[in-house]
Amino acid sequence: MIRRVVFVLVVLAMCWFAEDAAAAGIKPPASPVAGQGMSLETSGSGSATFYLVGPATRLKRSIHLGEPIRLQPREVAAAGRYTAIVDGDGGTSVSFYVAPGKPAELSFLARPSRVPAATQHGISGVVFPFDRDQNLVLEPLPVRFELTVAGGAPESRTVETRHGVAYIILDSGRKEGAAQFVATVGDVTARRVVRQVAADPCDLHFQAERAKDGILVRTAPVRDCSGNPVPDGTIVSFVQVGPHGKDTVDARVKRGVAQATLPANVPSTISVASGVVSGNEVHMGGGQ
Amino acid sequence: MNRMLPILFVIATVVLIAIATIQPSSHAPATSPDSAVQKLYAQVKNRDYHGAYDFVANHDAVEEQVFQDELAGTHGSLRTYSQLQKVDTHILHAGDNEALIRADVEWATAVGAIHSSRDLKVVRDDHGKWRVVWPAEKPQRVPPQVIPVNYLRWDVIQRGPYDDWGVQNVDAPKVNIVSMNAIQNGDSVLVMGEIVNQDTVPGFVSVGATLIAKDGSVLGQESAFDHISHTLLPKEVSPFRIDFPGVKLENVKSVRMNTNSMLVPASADPVISVEHQRIETDSRGRKVLRGELVNQSGETVNIPHVLATFYNHNAKVMWVSDAYVDKALLPQTPVPFAVDIRDDLAANVGSYRVTVNHYDQERPQ
Repeated sequence: MIRRVVFVLVVLAMCWFAEDAAAAGIKPPASPVAGQGMSLETSGSGSATFYLVGPATRLKRSIHLGEPIRLQPREVAAAGRYTAIVDGDGGTSVSFYVAPGKPAELSFLARPSRVPAATQHGISGVVFPFDRDQNLVLEPLPVRFELTVAGGAPESRTVETRHGVAYIILDSGRKEGAAQFVATVGDVTARRVVRQVAADPCDLHFQAERAKDGILVRTAPVRDCSGNPVPDGTIVSFVQVGPHGKDTVDARVKRGVAQATLPANVPSTISVASGVVSGNEVHMGGGQ
Repeated sequence: MNRMLPILFVIATVVLIAIATIQPSSHAPATSPDSAVQKLYAQVKNRDYHGAYDFVANHDAVEEQVFQDELAGTHGSLRTYSQLQKVDTHILHAGDNEALIRADVEWATAVGAIHSSRDLKVVRDDHGKWRVVWPAEKPQRVPPQVIPVNYLRWDVIQRGPYDDWGVQNVDAPKVNIVSMNAIQNGDSVLVMGEIVNQDTVPGFVSVGATLIAKDGSVLGQESAFDHISHTLLPKEVSPFRIDFPGVKLENVKSVRMNTNSMLVPASADPVISVEHQRIETDSRGRKVLRGELVNQSGETVNIPHVLATFYNHNAKVMWVSDAYVDKALLPQTPVPFAVDIRDDLAANVGSYRVTVNHYDQERPQ
């Protein structure tokens, strides 16, 4: 009887240990984050080989079952789906998702680099938040966009990211200058410069007067409709039609004013234009 | 007879060599008004300007150096890269001691043939030799002076390879086609119009066109080459003309235009005024647009290129023409130009506009 009981106990113990060896298991962390060290719990006993396959990771390591597997931050730097495999007695595998870390960097696309002042929907900004390991942060984040020109009131708006992207379209301001276009997520900021430039000239006006060597024509300060001076170098065309034919000069705006000397071809009519904008006309009589 | 044949061959050979060798020298005095002009230009063709000057009658009025400068070119002008190709002479008037000869001259240049026509007076001296009275062009000399030039220059720093992804580059300038017109001209379809740089920075622009046939196929694809001013300053307007040889307009369903612009370093200097523009009939009876170019800056413009846009009475672009000027533009010195107009269009020209391109050796672009 005793021998029979001992035999049953031995068989039970073998079965117990046999089950224990087959139950070699692995358990991922609850909410793993990319770029942070983590441990995977294992169960079972004895030696085994551990494999980890991820978006940018291929890992093979000898382990002792029952001891946690510690992964270094650089080994799980990339966010995405990982598969952990234990190859041993009754090998097993598990898949888990590593989420991106906190935003550490913003890719900020601001367009265009130049925009005429007072242009509706003239400026666009797109933000992609990335963690410190360049993983796109997919969870919704508030992004604050701010557009400021020196001496003008800033315009700001907050947009939440969707699928890792936030974008905004803004009107350009009425004042020319280098607009600071800033995007902020938490304590991370990216800055771009959008140059707001004068739009087409408005109310182009010039005067003409007799000079020693012809007729001096000179515009009033050339400004756009918001009052911004057009940049130096802008072409202003003067055309004179008189008895000796037509005379033209493509003058350049210098210090806000364009001027040129036309030959004395009187009586004549002189007109002015810049790009597609025409200005006033002046009639020069023979005696004037 | 057997001995006679070689002797005849030797004699014939000597005679032929003599005929070939003893030609009238091109330096020999001209015996007719026509030949005086031909001989003068023959020396020019050989770049023997001293020899050509020998056929000039009015040495007292025309200095040899001025004569040479006019025919050989100076200051890196287009003429300095030219070769006299052909001279046709026509006697307009012939007297015993005086004649008037029209010389139609063709110069081969890097940008194609350049034609000029000149009526030259030819006189016979006391020794019976004919010489040309060369039109005395007194070159204008600008008095020594300092011309302050403080126009803008635009330089460009593009995005570098080490900049972050997302850092914006400087945008290309915004350009726009403001008018376009397609016409049939002989065997070609011409697409022409005007383009404006709407931006505040200079740009290098190109305009291309694709002709689409009625069945949707592509009839041709071309771009404007030298019928356009490629570098446009802010708000500058340039005409363009694109030629499609061998295409009929009636086969064209639509024209697809495309523009390209590139931000480039540029200078707002020089300013070239176009003065005394008028449409005239030249000595050949053709309509030409003439005028004078004046370089208002202090540096020499080596090769001016004139672009003329002709509008009909509805202000629509009806023709774009160009001409290179083979004289350099010295500061403050008027230089004449002439641009051909198609005779059949001349009557319909309502107005016109002239712009000037320039190519310079030393000036930074």
